[in-house]
Amino acid sequence: MNQRYFREWTVAGAFGLLMLSLLIFAPHFFQGQPLLSRVTSQMPALLAAIGITLVIVSRQIDISVGAQFSLCAVIAGLTASAGLPLGVAIGAAVGAGALMGALNGWLVAYLGLPSIVVTLATMVTWQEALRLWQQGRLIGLPDGVQWFGLGQASGQMLVIGFTAGVLIFSAWGMRNLAAGRFVYATGTDAEAARLAGIDPKRTTFGVFVLMGVLAGLAAVLNLVQSAQIQPNSGDGLELKIIAAAVVGGVAIQGGRGTLWGVLPGMLLLANVNPALTHFHQPPYWEKAIQGMVILLAVVADGLRTRKSSN
Amino acid sequence: MRALKGVSFELVPGEVHALLGENGAGKSTLIKVITGAHQPDGGTLEVGGVEVPGLSPSRARELGIACIYQQPALFPDLTVAENIGLRLKKPGLFSRVRWAGQRGRAAELLKRIGAEISPDAEVRSLSMPEQQLVEIACALGSGARIVIMDEPTASLTQKEQHLLFAVVRDLRASGVGVVYISHRLEEIFALADRVTVLRDGESVGTNPVNDLTESQMIQLMVGREVSALYPPAEGEPGEVVLSLENVGCSGSGVRGVNLEVRAGEIVGLAGLVGAGRTELARVLFGITPGDEGTMRLLGERVAISDPREAISLGIAYVPEDRRKHGVILEMPIAHNMTMAIHRKLFRGGMLRFGAEESLAVNFIRDLGIKAWGPAAPGGSLSGGNQQKVSVARWLATKPKLLILDEPTQGVDVGAKSEIHRIIRGLAKEGLAVLMISSDLPEVLGMSDRVGVMRGGELVKVMERSEADAATVMAAALGTGGTSGKEAA
Repeated sequence: MNQRYFREWTVAGAFGLLMLSLLIFAPHFFQGQPLLSRVTSQMPALLAAIGITLVIVSRQIDISVGAQFSLCAVIAGLTASAGLPLGVAIGAAVGAGALMGALNGWLVAYLGLPSIVVTLATMVTWQEALRLWQQGRLIGLPDGVQWFGLGQASGQMLVIGFTAGVLIFSAWGMRNLAAGRFVYATGTDAEAARLAGIDPKRTTFGVFVLMGVLAGLAAVLNLVQSAQIQPNSGDGLELKIIAAAVVGGVAIQGGRGTLWGVLPGMLLLANVNPALTHFHQPPYWEKAIQGMVILLAVVADGLRTRKSSN
Repeated sequence: MRALKGVSFELVPGEVHALLGENGAGKSTLIKVITGAHQPDGGTLEVGGVEVPGLSPSRARELGIACIYQQPALFPDLTVAENIGLRLKKPGLFSRVRWAGQRGRAAELLKRIGAEISPDAEVRSLSMPEQQLVEIACALGSGARIVIMDEPTASLTQKEQHLLFAVVRDLRASGVGVVYISHRLEEIFALADRVTVLRDGESVGTNPVNDLTESQMIQLMVGREVSALYPPAEGEPGEVVLSLENVGCSGSGVRGVNLEVRAGEIVGLAGLVGAGRTELARVLFGITPGDEGTMRLLGERVAISDPREAISLGIAYVPEDRRKHGVILEMPIAHNMTMAIHRKLFRGGMLRFGAEESLAVNFIRDLGIKAWGPAAPGGSLSGGNQQKVSVARWLATKPKLLILDEPTQGVDVGAKSEIHRIIRGLAKEGLAVLMISSDLPEVLGMSDRVGVMRGGELVKVMERSEADAATVMAAALGTGGTSGKEAA
């Protein structure tokens, strides 16, 4: 068991170490309101990371997540600014995400196309369509949208609470629902799964739809944090969450990984920048350090698998 | 498991030496030793009278040993000339490729073997026999002194075979030693000078081809007593569980199969590798759905187009290669065992670990699986125990028909007889069992009836009492009742 969750523990340990050193050398990092704001701003990406974890465990990849996120955000923003109730805007974003995910899923699962190519194509398509359509316009949001009209403190709690709820349910479901087992089985050996009566195509399709839904929800949680929305708000999101999954121990070749590794992986990468600021270091190092963390994680994996196969 | 023990084999220049043996007799392993792919752990290997210790594939090539496999190992995206050029000379990293010379050399080699193939054709666009000819051109061009051909005619038409035979004779005339492996006895009579028979990893004799008749060769291949003790059949078989009328599948070459399997009965399916046995199993299980004939389960006509349908109708299929698409090595054995019964065991989609564990514990006890517990990953078990996990997965579905494909392949002797006991026990409980096996004693020892397949057809079905090694082998080779005819 220890061996099995080794990665989850090491990443959590690394994150804990970072927090501990901040606590000792830069305790102002933990000041109430700024900390709460930082945590809240990471919640949309965390939601998307849940989706990508499922996608990668089922031995696929989705690099169109950022574009889906942007498109969902714009759709929700336009719906809200047209004066429709917030619920409709949320529904529109989630529905758009589900549709985009379903398209990816259908192409990958039922036409058997490689997911990297499919999602590269849909990524570019959504991005460019958005650019032509919106031409870089900012969308101002009506008053009732920010923090769901609840005020900052309770809005933040709602965002964090909702994300935590989805995270806990997903982590529980991956382990305790038959559907979760199907995802692992499909990712490890789709043919063996098929022979055992599991439908790997439907599983793959479902995972992509879920990814789209989560991208839509993430866009909504991002939307409520600001007064206006940019048409490219999701740029780079896919790399951020894939990196978090990899650092969190999700095997890129599928079949292995838990959300309990992805959570600290996500937090570790996201806190590089604020930690640098609080240690009074130039923030330019952020990407380089993140890159090194990813590399370290992969190298550690490589060494471990090599040792166990010898 | 030792694949080879004390094999003696000798090849002289200018001869075609046939290598004959059942599936798993050690032919492939012997080839691997000769080509340096495997290191023997005993004995010596001499090429041209000089002992070569620690032969590696590249050293074997330098010594002039070339092997033409059933599946040509060419680069599909390169042209014929580029493929031949790559094989002839190991180029330095920065050496210039002399295109014109390479092309000319390729054309010349192809002409020498009478192949009408353009050197500029992409290998991808060539047919299987054309690719084999390219392989032969490579072997020829590299100045091979020893050419090994592993079932080269398996995918050839009659006309292409004759062309190949001419090339082989040509090679022989030019002083090359040819090791020729084939299941087709008539080819061996037509082509070979001497024949060495392998059985159970041992060479049982080398003879000039003309000294032997077909039946003598078969006798040499199978000539062994059914030594292991097999659990006996008891009682009369019950109702017909599976009935096939003219079942076929054009996609996988299964044709016109008529067969009945009754409750409590074990029907063994013998045949050579590639005879269509696994293909038939895949038709029955809906992996490659059949498109001809009628299949009945307990009298009801069924058309199965998907494994899930097969499972819900009570068919279970334990596939041939348990490492590939069988037991998932990364998963705990408990998860492996419940993989096919999620809908039954976990109503509402929520896993119940208690139910899963008790099911696993029961199977571990009943089948005698050696593992430290239900949470042990599949990969931590021995081959025989993995096989039992695979069987457990399917028993959990409570099937009526159990199809086993090579149930004891790669399993050690002790586990083997245990698996035999389990299979017989299941039949006694009323399961209809269809067992595919390339292990002839196993088929003969376990089966109540024996079916033999060849070329996608079920050519013979025998009662246990009338089945013996020689008749089964003769049917599998397609020489039944005509022994010696072609030899004359």
